[in-house]
Amino acid sequence: MMLDWLTYDFMQNALIAVLLITPLFGLIGTMVVNQRMAFFSDSLGHSTFTGIAIGTLAGIAPIPAAAIFAVIFAWLITWMKYNSRVSMDTIIGIFSSTAVALGIVIMSHGGSFGKFTSYLIGDLLSVTESDLIAIGIVLVVTAVMWVFLFHPLLMASVNPLLARSRGARALEAEMVFASLVAVVVTLSVQWVGILIINSMLVLPAAAARSVASDIRSYQWLTVLFAMISGTAGLVISYYADTAPGATMVLVAAVIFFVTIVVRFCSRTKL
Amino acid sequence: MEKKRIKKLFHPKKKSAGNGCGVCCIKINNFTVKTADKVILDDVNLHIHCGELTTIVGPNGAGKSTLLKAILGEEKHTGTISFTNANDQRVSRPLIGYVPQQLAFDKDMPITVRDLFQTCLSRRPVWLGRSRRAEQLARESLARFDAEKLLDAKLGVLSGGELQRVMLALALQPMPNLLLLDEPVSGVDQMGLDLFYRMVADLRDKYDMSIILVSHDLELAACYSDRIVLINQKVLLSGAPKDVFPDPIAVETFGRQVLVDDGKGGGA
Repeated sequence: MMLDWLTYDFMQNALIAVLLITPLFGLIGTMVVNQRMAFFSDSLGHSTFTGIAIGTLAGIAPIPAAAIFAVIFAWLITWMKYNSRVSMDTIIGIFSSTAVALGIVIMSHGGSFGKFTSYLIGDLLSVTESDLIAIGIVLVVTAVMWVFLFHPLLMASVNPLLARSRGARALEAEMVFASLVAVVVTLSVQWVGILIINSMLVLPAAAARSVASDIRSYQWLTVLFAMISGTAGLVISYYADTAPGATMVLVAAVIFFVTIVVRFCSRTKL
Repeated sequence: MEKKRIKKLFHPKKKSAGNGCGVCCIKINNFTVKTADKVILDDVNLHIHCGELTTIVGPNGAGKSTLLKAILGEEKHTGTISFTNANDQRVSRPLIGYVPQQLAFDKDMPITVRDLFQTCLSRRPVWLGRSRRAEQLARESLARFDAEKLLDAKLGVLSGGELQRVMLALALQPMPNLLLLDEPVSGVDQMGLDLFYRMVADLRDKYDMSIILVSHDLELAACYSDRIVLINQKVLLSGAPKDVFPDPIAVETFGRQVLVDDGKGGGA
């Protein structure tokens, strides 16, 4: 019986979670790659470390605290991108390593690091029903925002001045987008894990890029690849008894390499 | 082969920005741009009349691109820009069509010419579907430059000249009050550059547009422009090519005298 894994409640919840989170990643992943923000989103993931630590220390719920921290972090970096001549790589590197170090210092204080390690790997099987509602809301909000953000972001990635001449507010759009990435990453980190969350943002979009013929197919293929990797990863992890998050990333990586081969073959034929 | 195409390039639409009225005018007043420790532009004033191709020249670092960015509102500046239309009404924000100098975008991005037009002309996000109206407008604009065939092409595979035509077509949709152009510096050869200037001059004649062109090629600028503005932090000289280029200030700035054709600019 192929569907026996679905008889467990935690697997049902995990599947629903995957079907809600992966399209979320697929939506914003296209622009993370377009805007060359892979390193940025990676550092956002790392910054959740600090946010969670601060939240725990201050006695606030760790995930909302981390989300607020990540949004501020994202704004700072985006603002510096527009107002500083220092290379972005350097800025992000500095912010990211500072955040991680601060997070580890706070967490390790008094030898309590152990209770945070679950965030590193993530635990998809611990998703509760209220979590699902939260993810669902974020998905709907993101989809609505994507209607308004997509064009300004796309124009800015072709040419910022062109965007400006077309009345698009590139900086504002990027600020909102950065906050969106921050919220999505922070929310999902408890299930997917800090170490690999960025791959789920970048890999499906990178794969779709090599085979997409235009922007529309790029966007939908990214969502599709993300959902396939998520679902396949979850099922494989059930039978192979592996961590679901990492298994999903591996499936996404396989899809990516397949698209590279497909692209290479179609090019050499021409 | 591009040369052959240009003959049938321009079919003016029923509506164009001006009618050779001589009234409409773009005024750039007292533009000043400063950074913490440096004045990049100092009190620049420009009046551009419709049907006039004004070319901005100046040495590297003179503030040409900064001026362009300031006009587009991307660079913080003091001073104002105003537009007086054919009915002698003042409009505070002119509609500006911008043609970028070089598109250093990611050539791997799967965006087609159609996507670009849809993105700029329609509010409906491209990932949800295409607007028929934008599609129609895109075809019309591209037709002006004989470039409808490029509609399905990805931006990344276009040649420098093709990209230039697409960008021009895009800048003319909707018809702007002011066309702002950065002369292409890469990916376009000398013949392509000449063609580019000729297209711009043609636009001026057909649509009676106000055009500002930032130029690096002094000979072509001398050949096609109605007015040359030499800037280096401030406006040093402004006038017809035949008056500006022989001026000692221009000769000193460029280290040579740029030859100006006596007749109307017509190219080679």
